[in-house]
Amino acid sequence: MTALNNSSNWQTLCHKDDLVKYSGVCALLDNEQQVAIFFIDDENVFTISNWDPAGKANVLYRGLIGDDNGEVFVASPLYKERFSLSSGQCLDDESLSVTSYVTRIEQEQVQVLV
Amino acid sequence: MSSGTQSKQNIVVVGNGMVGHHFVEQLSQNSNYNITVLCAESRLAYDRVHLSEYFSGKTADDLALTTPETYQQLGVNFYLDAKVTTIDKSKKIVITEQGESFSYDKLVLATGSYPFVPPIPGKDREHCLVYRTIDDLDAIQASANAGKSGVVVGGGLLGLEAANALKELGLETHVVEFAPQLMGVQLDQAGGQQLRKMIEELGVTVHTEKATNVIVDGETSVHKMEFADGSHLETDLILFSAGIRPYDNLAREFNLTVGERGGIVVNNQCQTSDDDIYAIGECALWNNFIFGLVAPGYTMAKVAASHITGGDESFTGADMSTKLKLMGVEVGSIGDAHARTPGAQSYTYQNERDNVYKKMVVSQDGKTLLGAVLVGDTSEYDSLLQYALNGIELPENPDALILPSNGGEKPTLGVDSLPDTATICSCLNVTKGDIVAAVDAGATDVGAIKSVTKATTGCGGCSALLKNVAENEFAKRGLEVKKDICSHFVYSRTELFHIIKAEKIRNFDTLISKHGKGMGCEICKPAVASILASVYNDYILQDDHLHLQDTNDTYLGNMQKDGTYSVVPRMPGGEVTPDKLIVIGEVAKEYNLYTKVTGGQRIDLFGARVEQLPAIWKRLIDAGMETGHAYGKSLRTVKSCVGSTWCRYGVQDSMSMAIYLEERYKGLRSPHKIKFAVSGCTRECAEAQSKDIGVIATENGWNLYVSGNGGMKPRHGDLFATDLDDATLIKYIDRYLMFYVRMADRLQRTSVWLESLEGGLEYMQKVVKDDHLGINDELERQMDAVVATYQCEWKTTVESPEKLKRFRQFVNSDKQDVNIQFVSEREQIRPATLTEKAAKGLLIETVEIATVEPA
Repeated sequence: MTALNNSSNWQTLCHKDDLVKYSGVCALLDNEQQVAIFFIDDENVFTISNWDPAGKANVLYRGLIGDDNGEVFVASPLYKERFSLSSGQCLDDESLSVTSYVTRIEQEQVQVLV
Repeated sequence: MSSGTQSKQNIVVVGNGMVGHHFVEQLSQNSNYNITVLCAESRLAYDRVHLSEYFSGKTADDLALTTPETYQQLGVNFYLDAKVTTIDKSKKIVITEQGESFSYDKLVLATGSYPFVPPIPGKDREHCLVYRTIDDLDAIQASANAGKSGVVVGGGLLGLEAANALKELGLETHVVEFAPQLMGVQLDQAGGQQLRKMIEELGVTVHTEKATNVIVDGETSVHKMEFADGSHLETDLILFSAGIRPYDNLAREFNLTVGERGGIVVNNQCQTSDDDIYAIGECALWNNFIFGLVAPGYTMAKVAASHITGGDESFTGADMSTKLKLMGVEVGSIGDAHARTPGAQSYTYQNERDNVYKKMVVSQDGKTLLGAVLVGDTSEYDSLLQYALNGIELPENPDALILPSNGGEKPTLGVDSLPDTATICSCLNVTKGDIVAAVDAGATDVGAIKSVTKATTGCGGCSALLKNVAENEFAKRGLEVKKDICSHFVYSRTELFHIIKAEKIRNFDTLISKHGKGMGCEICKPAVASILASVYNDYILQDDHLHLQDTNDTYLGNMQKDGTYSVVPRMPGGEVTPDKLIVIGEVAKEYNLYTKVTGGQRIDLFGARVEQLPAIWKRLIDAGMETGHAYGKSLRTVKSCVGSTWCRYGVQDSMSMAIYLEERYKGLRSPHKIKFAVSGCTRECAEAQSKDIGVIATENGWNLYVSGNGGMKPRHGDLFATDLDDATLIKYIDRYLMFYVRMADRLQRTSVWLESLEGGLEYMQKVVKDDHLGINDELERQMDAVVATYQCEWKTTVESPEKLKRFRQFVNSDKQDVNIQFVSEREQIRPATLTEKAAKGLLIETVEIATVEPA
């Protein structure tokens, strides 16, 4: 599938059916950056950078998601650092964070603001 | 001072080192006082104990013990660069260098000490420095930048600390000591020698019995130090660290009593010869003794604060035992290290190969520990300290306390025998009594005790002992130690197991909505996934289980550091046909995978990209192989020897038994990974005693060993039953394994589980052999059900187009992850290092990777 530009800054990444409930998938932005998209429900779709700054590999989409007092996070599959899905901030190490993207589902299409 | 505070007493504190600051913290809890801090340095209190970390990257802010904002919040007035020059006892005021005066009701002198610089001609030359304050460190750093070598004068504790700092700064480092040994106060001669050897091995040159006569211009370096014995040493930087002297000049000038050799004389309440003036810390002389450690200073701060507020605490001396790490060398000294007590006797242990020296000094009757020296290994420090401080009677052969255990049991210190006055945390002076009080006041876990007592928040060295004491107290009160699996469930793994089984719950969502809260997390989700798999053995990538799986289970492979996976086909008992071996080789070749034989007699193929996994597995499955569950917390391998089939010594067919066992228990999800081994005779070629289940053939059948472990803490298995026939062996293993699966904590190995099981091996034998709990039928039924529902997860996966979608790298592109790169080593691939990736295209031979085939 090719990424499309629907508007000036919303980038369409995939179809809603490509997402996996309570889990992550990986997509490539137009600029070749990798992002991890996590799907909880239609209102709660999160996108963050796929690069794990602690493990130094593109693996975040393969992490397990959970919540810490309501803060939804993904735990890196490599060394288990937890990153907030809404802010990208690492919950275990203040000095680490990843980019987070505003995400929406528009007519079954998954879009991020870039 | 302002008029609104007249009813409050004015407390003026001179000095804001660690002790002065501790006093402020103690007193500011009480709002009846106006506290004013006069600080001669240009910054507030900082951690001098960890000063050398300034050179390994810590900043002044990291070392700070407080901030101006915190003092403001506490209502503490403070003045920086405010050196006190006058004390007027009759008017009760102090005056600073700037001429500002402050009136006091009580004055607290916490002026500390200064480094002693021996009166050597040339000591005031440029690049001759001391090591005490952050400003000193800045000067050292500047000086080090201009030179190549440095000398520390003084081989005591602080001198070695300073030497470490010079080494950190990249200087060729020397230590010059007047005495014949290092750390003469704390260590005996042999301990000092051992320490010297280890420090020299780290590249620091030590010169003992050297008295410096004069420092003059060097020929090749900045300085030349000329020693009394005629030798000399050239260096660019000299650091004096030859002991400390109390800052007692104010006391001398304004007629407070000082000791003959310095120090402001104080009584048990830390009052000086003037009742309204206190002295605490390294400037204070108590019982003709200056305490050069922070812990006694903290105690004095507490005593003075208590006395001012009408309390009745008193200072009765302090223990000078120390444990520290100097340049990575562990050193400990307790009590009478030099065996000076009349009649004292010593035990020593020296192991020059491992650089370990230990000495115990015991009383004449051999019953109490008077002192100890530990160099190279301080693991026994905590126990020995408790024996010494509390006069606990030593065990019959006290030397066992310092001898290596060599497999035998070491005597352990029963925390129950500690008196309530026993100090557990010496940094914050927390006693066993304080911990008992915290438990009585309602603390039900170690965390709560820490936050109430502050124990372990200093150096942290006492955390193991604190846990021990706390758990002993919980047990005495019949309190269950909290074992909640995480914040989403108030149950332990065992309890969740029972809930799932009793209520026939089949998925996580039902469980968390009925018995938990929130979404779950990386702790509880995989644990529940494992329980569900043990009980129902569903396909683990089924929609409602998929999101629960730990990393490796999610993609049915072992994730390696670069995000690629390794592939391990099952090879029961290590047996493999030539045809299968050829297919493995072909697959490895086609996908350019690194190939290695594992420790568990299988073949591991490394470097598979996530999108290659399905195609690789399809090939292996088509050739008759199946998943090896190398990724799961489940049965991994059953290692074997060839047994009576081929071996001259074998007495049973260990090969067939190993294959049978592996086929039977493959796919069983358990709290931790499990490994078996079967040996065909007592020569034990399969190393069965280091496995969770070990089977060793005898003339009459099989001996069964359980709960062995070759992991981080190796443990030989316990002999569970002897001379079993095949059927009984299987029955016992069924029951033992299923009992473990039900009862153990998350990620608890069989070895740890057995050791934590009340009643231990004997209890388990009663359960498994005698059906003590009457559950054996059920355990066997459950195992039979798991065996009957086995499936190769990879086979199920490659047959489902829907599941295969999960193995795409990108949902919107066929590209590959460009960060995964390999280089060649010994004719195979390995992941490129970061440096190699950075240099890609210039130095590195990049390797072509096979493109993905449609599965």
